[in-house]
Amino acid sequence: MFDPNDIRHDFPILNVKVNGKPLIYFDNAATSQKPKQVIEAIENFYFLKNANVGRSIHTLAEEATELYFQSRKKVADFINATPEEVVFSSGTTESLNAIANVVAEKFLNPKDIVVTSILEHHSNLLPWVKVCKEKSCALKVVNANKNWTINIEKLEALLKEGAKVVSLTHVSNVLGTINPIKEVSKLVHSYDAILVVDAAQSVPHMPVDVKDLDCDFMAFGAHKMLGPMGTGVLYLKKRYADLIEPWNLGGGMIKSVKLLNEVPELSCCKVTYEDTPIRFEAGTPNVEGAVGLSAAIDYLSKLGMNSVLFHERQLVKYLLENLKGNSFEVYGPKDENSITGIVSFNLKGIHAHDVAYLLDKLAGIAVRSGHHCAQPLVNILGTVATVRASFYIYNTIEEINAFIEALKEVEKMLK
Amino acid sequence: MSSDHIYLDNLLDHYRNPRNYGEIKNPDFVIEDANLSCGDEVKFFVKFDKNKNVIEDIKFVSRSCAVCKASASILTELVKGKPISFVNSLTKKDVLNFFGGRIDPSREKCALLPLRALQSKTKAIEEDSHKNQKDLF
Ligand SMILES: Cc1ncc(COP(=O)(O)O)c(C=O)c1O
Repeated sequence: MFDPNDIRHDFPILNVKVNGKPLIYFDNAATSQKPKQVIEAIENFYFLKNANVGRSIHTLAEEATELYFQSRKKVADFINATPEEVVFSSGTTESLNAIANVVAEKFLNPKDIVVTSILEHHSNLLPWVKVCKEKSCALKVVNANKNWTINIEKLEALLKEGAKVVSLTHVSNVLGTINPIKEVSKLVHSYDAILVVDAAQSVPHMPVDVKDLDCDFMAFGAHKMLGPMGTGVLYLKKRYADLIEPWNLGGGMIKSVKLLNEVPELSCCKVTYEDTPIRFEAGTPNVEGAVGLSAAIDYLSKLGMNSVLFHERQLVKYLLENLKGNSFEVYGPKDENSITGIVSFNLKGIHAHDVAYLLDKLAGIAVRSGHHCAQPLVNILGTVATVRASFYIYNTIEEINAFIEALKEVEKMLK
Repeated sequence: MSSDHIYLDNLLDHYRNPRNYGEIKNPDFVIEDANLSCGDEVKFFVKFDKNKNVIEDIKFVSRSCAVCKASASILTELVKGKPISFVNSLTKKDVLNFFGGRIDPSREKCALLPLRALQSKTKAIEEDSHKNQKDLF
């Protein structure tokens, strides 16, 4: 186990004062803070190694290309994939959009069924709404069971009806509940359907092994796991990587482009794409982002993902004990062992925005309030907005104590 | 406690004891609006004197944050008994003045919802009456 107080020295932003108070950052599900090691890795890239990758043959370009390759290898090892299966993107949202588009193009026909769930972030719902409309497919949103994970019976019923694609979040960004992806993938594959997993909230907080989970596609981003914004990952199982056509076209992703006729005006082009994953990364990639993500993975690996999850659950346990009073409505399971470091709640009778605003102004505490880009789920919880506290490696029990005191102050003010 | 926030006495007073809160029986019109993205909902009930073009009575109910509720409460006090031309002359700046002249950008939407809702109706009324006047000539 690690001591969060040691870790805090690595995060310069934690020394910032907000409204005269030391920042207490409980908005990690939105984005995490970045340690010096990540910021320095990006800085070093630009100070010492900057060149375009996969093109020129000068020394600097070779070094940058090697760095980019190593970053991909680092990501692959972290999730137990092979480098060929790891495509860099701009983030979870871009990965999910690309997946929805290529899966639809390649595997969906009119009247096919696509399944998603009530637990989804809008970024794993809206792309499917779009492609289902375009392809005249039916999108089915499966409800959660009483533990706020996907209702497996309902899912199986849809698979029996012939559902072709299931796209599911690994961890709910509102409730922190963890879907049993391994069990789901067995089921989905027993019906020869495809499983897509939104891992934006799982990869940063718990061990994730794509071979063990056996999903076909997976998406996550760097910025929620100590890495930089604008960088993400699209994992595609080798089998699919070979079947799918590139969705972005341009420089750096071809073996050859040849004119078929000597007279250019009369000609058409014959294009041969690079192998996967290069064929899926047209244009100059975000090398600084990949390098930053690689440094973030080093940082997390040193702590160990089991320890990260354990630490978050200790914080959740302590917070849940303190939210037991009848001033609070807590959403989702009240057992820290079935969730990651996310707690959604309301102060009864008080709007979440009032709570979040005053926590910030009175106590320098950053939380999220609203529907968290998961409006259908928040409505099913019976509200329009929740306060969401989400933890990471640098959060402490002392911060939660300050949070609870601040909540009492807010309640006094608005009751 | 730092006072560098908008939840000052005036706002808290209107939040805890909203003026003109509730419904009017047989209103001349009802206006509902919401900021769906943050879950603020407000509903006005208006008694309207067509001949004088005056808001005779106004009440509201809301399911909203404190800023939106206080803004609606203050607005009803301001417009009761006034002609709709007065309602239509109100601006964002007037609303911000309810809260000491400034409001955090993230909370502007909450503060402005009540005025936007009310003016959606009063501006339509004013336009209609202009049209009718033109028709007369
Ligand atoms: C579960 C889930 N999916 C997708 C996303 C989208 O991530 P991004 O905005 O980084 O693309 C988020 C982030 O808010 C999330 O929590």
